Amino acid sequence: MAINQISVFVENRPGAMHALTEVLARNNIDMRALSLAETSDFGIVRIIVDDVYATSTTLRDAGFIHSVTPVIAVAVPDEPGGLDRVLNVLSEAKVNVEYMYAFLGGHSSAGAYMILRVADNASATSALRARSIATVEQDEISRI
Amino acid sequence: MERYYQPEIETASQEQIRALQDERLVKQIRHVWDHMPYYRKKMEEKGLTPDDIRSVDDLYKLPFLTKDDLRTAYPYGLLAVPLKDCVRIQSTSGTTGKRVVAFYTQHDIDLWEDCCARAIVAAGGTAEDVCQVSYGYGLFTGGPGLNGGSHKVGCLTIPTSSGNTERQIMFIMDLNATILCCTPSYAAYLGETMKEKGLTPDEIPLKAGIFGAEAWSEEMRQDIQNVLGIKAYDIYGLTELSGPGVSFECSEQTGMHINEDHFIAEIIDPKTGEVLPEGSTGELVFTSITKEAFPLIRYRTRDICTLTRKKCSCGRTFIKMSKPQGRSDDMLIIRGVNVFPSQIETVLLNYGYPANYQILVDRVNHTDTLEVQVEMTPEMFSDNLGEVSRRQKELVDGLRSMLGLTAKVTLVAPKSIVRSEGKAVRVIDKRKI
Repeated sequence: MAINQISVFVENRPGAMHALTEVLARNNIDMRALSLAETSDFGIVRIIVDDVYATSTTLRDAGFIHSVTPVIAVAVPDEPGGLDRVLNVLSEAKVNVEYMYAFLGGHSSAGAYMILRVADNASATSALRARSIATVEQDEISRI
Repeated sequence: MERYYQPEIETASQEQIRALQDERLVKQIRHVWDHMPYYRKKMEEKGLTPDDIRSVDDLYKLPFLTKDDLRTAYPYGLLAVPLKDCVRIQSTSGTTGKRVVAFYTQHDIDLWEDCCARAIVAAGGTAEDVCQVSYGYGLFTGGPGLNGGSHKVGCLTIPTSSGNTERQIMFIMDLNATILCCTPSYAAYLGETMKEKGLTPDEIPLKAGIFGAEAWSEEMRQDIQNVLGIKAYDIYGLTELSGPGVSFECSEQTGMHINEDHFIAEIIDPKTGEVLPEGSTGELVFTSITKEAFPLIRYRTRDICTLTRKKCSCGRTFIKMSKPQGRSDDMLIIRGVNVFPSQIETVLLNYGYPANYQILVDRVNHTDTLEVQVEMTPEMFSDNLGEVSRRQKELVDGLRSMLGLTAKVTLVAPKSIVRSEGKAVRVIDKRKI
């Protein structure tokens, strides 16, 4: 099963990221993970949050261009070779990873998590499941 | 059924119009000779007297007036009546740094308002309509001109003037405005804002819009028509000649009928000044034949367009001018290539970007640079950087094939380009030449 990532358009200039985090902070939105892809004039901020609907509404009202994309979250043992096992499965299943980023679990959780944007969520999930690697659900993300 | 404000003249035969023009031109040249020493001197330099002008056929002999003449003669040099007979001035926005002051007698204002009334009726306006004039009121001719025209038609006129978008929308919705007059960029902005408020074209009471004072493309017309659920009509004019209403569009929306009982239009080769035959593309030149206070003869507008006498389905017989393809004063020469902002706008709209953009021209290491800033839209956005960059590159390619030069396209945040409530500032030229 996939979880929802929010991608936000920001200009590549001083204060642009802050304008985004300020809106999130003011609306009490808790981020689990963040990654930024940039070009010389703009960037795409990808975030995993506790409440996707509230975040999307908040961003829309604040005038941010954003989109919601289903991505896969996998709990990865925080030890050498942990990520390698996950990617090996996807490699064998010939699932292309467009981009990925990691985060460590928060207050209660001990493990590390990987967010994967793949071409085909369904085949990636089933390939992982066949090797007993479980994907993380949306409600679990919200609880972290 | 097509309706006209002054059917007897708007549908007169070409012979009738021509006879009227001949008579009025001869009279006007005599008036100018007697009362405007500045132009009399120009005529004398060419060895001309009023006797040499017997009909429109002799028009080509007369010297041109240009914006430079207006600047040289500022403020009273082109005034042809005693000041006591003048009741008003209007002035251009002065965005190019050359302020023009034009004078009006009460008669001049009456005729100008008639021209605007013709435009409103051509857009379907009647005494039943509620006409919101969101052009600026003041020195700018847009507000006063359409306000006067709207009164003459008998519309309930809402003189909102420009600005305060919330209030504009409130009046449109609460008073059921049916006709909107403003600049096309402001109409697009109003439409965008109303859409954001969740108003659909069906809920918006407007049925027609009369938009002018700046260049706009056919694609922009479609966008405005769709978002507001109206028919959008172009109107053309210059403060130097009176203001909006020198020409106006009819239901055919294929060009603007020139009010030929007041203005004689010519197309000339901008380089040689030679008059070109009907259908040629060139610079538009106007002669005011009814103006008393500020009668300009062969005034070069700098607007590039074509004229046609092809029969119009609306029944009007006035000659039609095409939308100006650009003004030579907003034509940019970048690396030796002529670029009109309207070309850039066309490409943006073709690729699904909003018509809100800014063009930045600069000179780096003696080479001109062209940057086009476009606002990001939800439709153009993706979480995938490659995808967004690909669309950006598509736009660069589209601009290259239209302009013949490479532009840098910068995607900027929505609403970051300043919305102008009057004329949009599209071009920022930072070159110091």
